[in-house]
Amino acid sequence: MTHPFLALTDSDREEMLRTIGVSSVDELFRDLPAGVRLGRPLDLEPALSEQELSAHLAELASRNVDTTRELSFLGAGVYDHYVPAVVDTVLQRGEFLTAYTPYQPEMSQGVLQSIFEYQTAICELTGMDVSNASGYDGETVTADACYVVKHATGKTRIVVTEATNPQVRQVVKTYAPGFGLEIVEVPHRGGTTDPDDVRAAAEGAAAVIFQQPNFFGCLEPAPELVAAASDADALAIAHVDPLSLGVLEAPGRYGCAIALGEGQAAGNLMSYGGPHYGFLAARQEFIRRMPGRIVGETVDANGDRGFVLTLQTREQHIRREKATSNITTNQTLLALGGLVYLTWLGPQGLREVGEACLDLSALAKQKLQEAGLELAFDRPTFKEFAVRVGRNARDVIRDARAQGLHPGYALGRDYEGMDDVLLVAVTEKRTPAEIDRLVEVLS
Amino acid sequence: MAAAESYPDDLKYHAEHDWARIDGDEAVLGVTWFAADALGELVHYEAPSVGATVTKDQSYGEVESVKAVSDLIAPLSGEVLEVNQKVLDAPETVNDDPYGEGWLVRIRLADASEVDALLDLEAYKTVLAQQ
Amino acid sequence: MKLIYERSQAGRRASVIPRPEGLPRTEVPEEFRRTEPPRLPEVPEFELVRHFTELSTRNFGVDTGFYPLGSCTMKYNPRVNERLVGLPGFAFLHPHQEEEGAQGALELEWRLQEILMEVTGLDAVSLQPAAGSQGELTGLMLVRAYFTDRGEIEQRRKVVIPDTAHGTNPASVTMAGFEITHVKTDPRGNIDVEDLRAKVDEHTAALMITNPSTLGLFDENIQEIEKIFNAAGALMYYDGANLNAVCGISRPGDMGFDIVHINLHKTFSQPHGGGGPGGGPIAVRKMLEPFLPVPAAIRRKDGTFGLDYDRPKSIGKVRGFTGPFGVFVRSYAYMRMYGPQLRDMSETAVLNANYVLARLKGPYDLLFDRLCMHEFVLSARNLKRDHGATALDVAKRLMDYGFHPPTIYFPLVVPEALMIEPTETETKETLDAFCDAMLAIAREAAEDVQVLKDAPHDRSVRRLDEVRAAKDPVVKYAFGDATVPAKV
Repeated sequence: MTHPFLALTDSDREEMLRTIGVSSVDELFRDLPAGVRLGRPLDLEPALSEQELSAHLAELASRNVDTTRELSFLGAGVYDHYVPAVVDTVLQRGEFLTAYTPYQPEMSQGVLQSIFEYQTAICELTGMDVSNASGYDGETVTADACYVVKHATGKTRIVVTEATNPQVRQVVKTYAPGFGLEIVEVPHRGGTTDPDDVRAAAEGAAAVIFQQPNFFGCLEPAPELVAAASDADALAIAHVDPLSLGVLEAPGRYGCAIALGEGQAAGNLMSYGGPHYGFLAARQEFIRRMPGRIVGETVDANGDRGFVLTLQTREQHIRREKATSNITTNQTLLALGGLVYLTWLGPQGLREVGEACLDLSALAKQKLQEAGLELAFDRPTFKEFAVRVGRNARDVIRDARAQGLHPGYALGRDYEGMDDVLLVAVTEKRTPAEIDRLVEVLS
Repeated sequence: MAAAESYPDDLKYHAEHDWARIDGDEAVLGVTWFAADALGELVHYEAPSVGATVTKDQSYGEVESVKAVSDLIAPLSGEVLEVNQKVLDAPETVNDDPYGEGWLVRIRLADASEVDALLDLEAYKTVLAQQ
Repeated sequence: MKLIYERSQAGRRASVIPRPEGLPRTEVPEEFRRTEPPRLPEVPEFELVRHFTELSTRNFGVDTGFYPLGSCTMKYNPRVNERLVGLPGFAFLHPHQEEEGAQGALELEWRLQEILMEVTGLDAVSLQPAAGSQGELTGLMLVRAYFTDRGEIEQRRKVVIPDTAHGTNPASVTMAGFEITHVKTDPRGNIDVEDLRAKVDEHTAALMITNPSTLGLFDENIQEIEKIFNAAGALMYYDGANLNAVCGISRPGDMGFDIVHINLHKTFSQPHGGGGPGGGPIAVRKMLEPFLPVPAAIRRKDGTFGLDYDRPKSIGKVRGFTGPFGVFVRSYAYMRMYGPQLRDMSETAVLNANYVLARLKGPYDLLFDRLCMHEFVLSARNLKRDHGATALDVAKRLMDYGFHPPTIYFPLVVPEALMIEPTETETKETLDAFCDAMLAIAREAAEDVQVLKDAPHDRSVRRLDEVRAAKDPVVKYAFGDATVPAKV
């Protein structure tokens, strides 16, 4: 009966049972009808010690080919950016790691202030007035935003560009029936979206969602897309890459109502897809419709500054069936990682990371073209680009991996007629020598 | 300073803790002391627009405190003529003076006979006793 | 304490971004270019570390002390798990890696699914939902898909939830497009079966409850409830928030539930992280398996592992990729460190809760005088009536004794509620110290209530003005800008 995480001795147990007034632990379960009792031990393998567990997990981990073992140009929503050691330092503080949601603010000023700082950082990046404390990921915050605009406008049509991440679109479509929404997609033309197509599709729509840079890595004509939405009396929602916002314009500056996205690139390890954080920021007029937690500044009984969860009446624990969202647990620790990373970067560092991505991916594009490969789209790009590889991209990936390199994402998985196209991501971690290897393997 | 408990006898009441002051073919609406006390200090008033239609027994807006949001249930039907700017600017006015400065909307009545369905003070006090 | 922005000085920085020599600069075309840099902090690395270290000292975690938040299961988070998620094979694995290159991850997911099936007594699992409330929403989407498939969705509009339900339940029901039917709780703390019987009919889609309930009480009529829902052709959804009470003792599948969500951050030790991340996988009875989100982790006949996207009836996708993988690693590791001893975990949780209940139930009111499960709800209404001390005052005074307060004002059916969940990872000495503090506070309420009203006295801040924060929300640093966001 002993276990490292269970501390009661036999004499503890005896004394406790006596205080309760029962004679055995079994008696504590007397309200359970016989028909629902399991009546046998759980059919699970016996408990492992920490040492045995570590060996088992190490064995599982060894059968994963991660980016420390294989040069990788995979992107498509999750990226191999450098995460500095200070992120671990902060996230491993037990007072952050093992704390609950800060409902008792006097016990939680650490978490509350750091969320306030995170909200500030997200507003700075996106040019918006209010940010929440995080959502689950870039996909679900997009669904959250659909709920917001439906209630803000009373309209039930949402327009999404086809050049938006396929998983984002899939999640939005999964949420749509319950929200009572109609989702309309606008196809891309040559790798970006035509504002006239958006204007036509957005008649009667609550909002238009586009991604910048888009899933192909191309730069969309964002201000024109926003204007097209506005012509149709629809709100504009930009799904953005946080690490692009040192070199690309903030969505708040070109008329977006809401800016959101996947935060992973800013401070989280890839970790096979999660946990990461979704960020969501909006103009001031949407503050009372924001889903998720929001931290606000106030004062205490002595007049000193402090922080609290605010506008909690929007949230499930008060508003219940009229809540702006059902979200409770969010991604605070990962968002804290994002804040630490952005603090480590500073504005100069953010610009330099963006420039490194731009310049290294430009170098890769140039060298691949020199080697005879064709780019799929003739458009400016940020850190990813689509290249035609002459045969089925999945076969190319298999052959490349046999040479110790993963060349990128097979776009044919999500887009018709693109079976021979690879999406190649080049982050600041790549070097010219690694790019030469990519070119060698692909040509 | 939140007002002391009171229920004027010259008003009509609704079981959802709203009051109405009838003024010819118009009425002024608000919430009672009981509602204001239950919510605590109000921090926000989500008001209808001037010209909007309100329908008896349905929500015409919301008031919000730190710990709760409450629908405002219309005791009578009509068209919104005026929204109390003072409450928009300082929602706590409702707690300080729920029947005077804390009025919420003025409406033109759609159907004066609806007034007959409202409660007088004694009937409303019976509702309060059951809370 | 300063904000990081207030510690910032122009020209300082912590990062160095390497740049290959001679790499040509490619400018973004002007129409896309950033015009004003974001005002991120400018601090050296050691200032960054000092800032966040100081912030952490103003926070209280399970590592700091006793944290009896009812409904949250604030148990010890095993430290080995943090080391394991950091293994490069997990931390640096790209989610789009080919299946052959992710066999370890896929096997871990498959094994986690198998354990969850055994613990819940159900037939299939999706690991995708990122949190309990997302699990609820996913479960309700399954309910919708199931009835749509049977041609019954037009008639089945209602989901029954008890008045003790956690706020996520009605919010999820609304987000899934259903209507709510409330059912009452009886004087013994069980769902009122006759009220339920009257309200369940062919228009009912599902029941959504947790068992034990948020009162910490096991519903004695659960088998009768199962009969009512079976007779109506409706489904039963189990909110797994309280699973810590019954692991290895009673399984939701055996109680009659068809869909279950599990909170990995409650029962299975994923650290709460100040509010997240979590994990909300769902387990379902066989007839619901076709509707589960894609992809699913599977084991093939040849023993290799893969992702199955071939689910024509799937509701789609609720979260990116396969879900929060780092959370899976920790929970899987935790489950492997217990194995069948998960039963001991639950028994200890229930013993600890009953012990604290037995010591506290005199000076505090107890509305439902029964043995509890892993948590219980007291009422401070007697203190309010006799001395003007509220549950809030008790909570704030507990901080002065070095404990995190329990959950307050929930569930809504108990006035001045204090919901206490000790969990199993506490010594008897800690439980006694907490009880001693609660009893002392009850005495203080009688002798000197002002000391409660002025609490806390010793934290980094005194009691905070939440009204002001809601009235004029200031939700980001103003940077000395002339225009501060106007009151909305």
